[in-house]
Amino acid sequence: MRRIAALTRSPAAIVLVAVLAIAGCRSNTQVPNTAADLGLGSGMAGPGAATPGSSQEFTVSVGDRIFFDTDSSVIRADAQATLARQAQWLSQYSSYSITIEGHADERGTREYNLALGARRAAAARDFLVSRGVAANRIRTISYGKERPVAVCDDISCWSQNRRAVTVLNGAGS
Amino acid sequence: MLGLTSSSILTHRICSDLPPPHRLKVKGHELMQKFLKATMVIASLALGLMVTVTLPARALVEIDINRGVVEPVPVAITDFLSGDGKGAEIAGVVAADLRRSGLFAPIDKAAFIEKISNPDVAPRFEDWRVINAQAVVTGRVTQEPDGRLRTEFRLWDTFAGVQLVGEQFFAAPRDWRRIAHIIADTIYEQFTGEKGYFDSRIVYVEESGPRDNRVKRLAIMDQDGANHRYLSDGRSIVMTPRFSPQRQEITYMSYESGEPQVYLLQLETGQRELVGNFPGMTFAPRFSPNGDKVIMSLLRNDGNSNIFTMDLRTRNTARLTDTNAIDTSPSYSPDGSQVVFTSDRGGRAQIYLMGADGSNQRRISFGDGTYSTPVWSPRGDLIAFTKQSGGEFQIGVMRTDGSGERILSAGYLQEGPTWSPNGRVIMFFRQDAGAQGPKLYSIDLTGRNEQPVPTPHYGSDPAWSPLLK
Repeated sequence: MRRIAALTRSPAAIVLVAVLAIAGCRSNTQVPNTAADLGLGSGMAGPGAATPGSSQEFTVSVGDRIFFDTDSSVIRADAQATLARQAQWLSQYSSYSITIEGHADERGTREYNLALGARRAAAARDFLVSRGVAANRIRTISYGKERPVAVCDDISCWSQNRRAVTVLNGAGS
Repeated sequence: MLGLTSSSILTHRICSDLPPPHRLKVKGHELMQKFLKATMVIASLALGLMVTVTLPARALVEIDINRGVVEPVPVAITDFLSGDGKGAEIAGVVAADLRRSGLFAPIDKAAFIEKISNPDVAPRFEDWRVINAQAVVTGRVTQEPDGRLRTEFRLWDTFAGVQLVGEQFFAAPRDWRRIAHIIADTIYEQFTGEKGYFDSRIVYVEESGPRDNRVKRLAIMDQDGANHRYLSDGRSIVMTPRFSPQRQEITYMSYESGEPQVYLLQLETGQRELVGNFPGMTFAPRFSPNGDKVIMSLLRNDGNSNIFTMDLRTRNTARLTDTNAIDTSPSYSPDGSQVVFTSDRGGRAQIYLMGADGSNQRRISFGDGTYSTPVWSPRGDLIAFTKQSGGEFQIGVMRTDGSGERILSAGYLQEGPTWSPNGRVIMFFRQDAGAQGPKLYSIDLTGRNEQPVPTPHYGSDPAWSPLLK
């Protein structure tokens, strides 16, 4: 058994995701499909798109997150489209490694939702691997229901919290 | 150093100067029996309910209709004599414990007729019967030459006119609240015939800050919320702390290494250790009844989670489940022979049972909804759980074969039951719709006595300690 010496801070990238996603909380009750739906961007390579190869482009234009149905880790059709764009972008910018964060809404118990978040992250990872992203570029982590981005008490928020977010490691530097 | 040493408290039985001690003891017991039969029928019914109630197997959900029916027993807790205010403080803690249990109604001191000037002699019983006190507690607090606090207390039966209990305690002055809790436990046991639960602690996750950027810290306090202190600094997410049934030790899950993993924390030294050397996330830890093993979930590479144990001395690990499913929230039976857990192997989360070696895995929850967080009662007779049904979260109990389901409490979002050391009270956490955070609550097994548990901020994941030693 090894002794733990020091506490570590969370990666800055996660904080960025949380900040970006707050806007989503105030959106309407439609289930958002991509970051673009959350009012964060204008879709693929539109006018005013971010610098090619930047984390901003990945988040805004490609879409850094997918959403799930209640208590499900099945990759929906809309999520498949987002992940396909992610895979394409990652093959183009092959220096990035990524962390996929799996999340759950609050409508489940804590331990079960940790497991559910992990299963969602693994499902997203497996899809990216099936589209040619090397498995050794991908790390997964579950936050269960501990890191909601939307904090109201109805389905408009729950549907945004049931998500897997792809975070570029070392992005923005 | 966390300074959470379980300090020694010396206890001596003291006797009344009325009847001779041994006769008294026998008589006290006889009287207690009568007392239970006569005036405590209602309360003992409430407690006996769990043992004797018969509900249809695979029962329909029932909110207990006995809520509010049982009359608590009026008792008089007089201020203990002391040179300072300590005697009144101790009496106050005893009265608060008894009141929160829902079984006792401490009488307002303003109604007292007799002023106790010598706690060694019998009170004027008629003065206490007049105000309907079924029992009177008297006591004295003094300081020994070596600095220790000497606390004496006596419990008197006002209708039989005898002393039921007499004890004195020697302890460090800082432990005065523990003395009060031990006295309350003694009174509880006299009236109910069962061990109390007041001399115990709660470890939980304190939550502060906005909902989308929550700070979560491990904190520990006495079961009544006193002596609150922090066990972690809030820089990492922590969750699901659980007490060792045997030692001053907790296991919990933390993100401090970057990877969510299970740790051990020694409460007396503050030393922390990672449990095992598993690849990937470990979570949902609990101790075995003898405290030698931690049982927990390990995430597999395919995204599913299975249940493992690790022996804390030999470091040997064992796999108990191997399914393409989520298997989590394991909890041992008190005899260590069985494990109850959550699995979604049948499609949705339900409660399953297996032998401690993983044998004979079978589903035991069949109600309408999903079930999770099963926790075996320390008495062995019941399993507490969280159920999601009809858009709400419920805390309930079932027998260990899954029959006799009873819902004790329902709300927008509540989960995480933990048992009092005597298996009569459940603590859990609840967040109401629109609230900014969860709070801790306790409820007794009749479902009629729900109480908020005071914490400085929001709180979740309570875990009740065994009785302190």
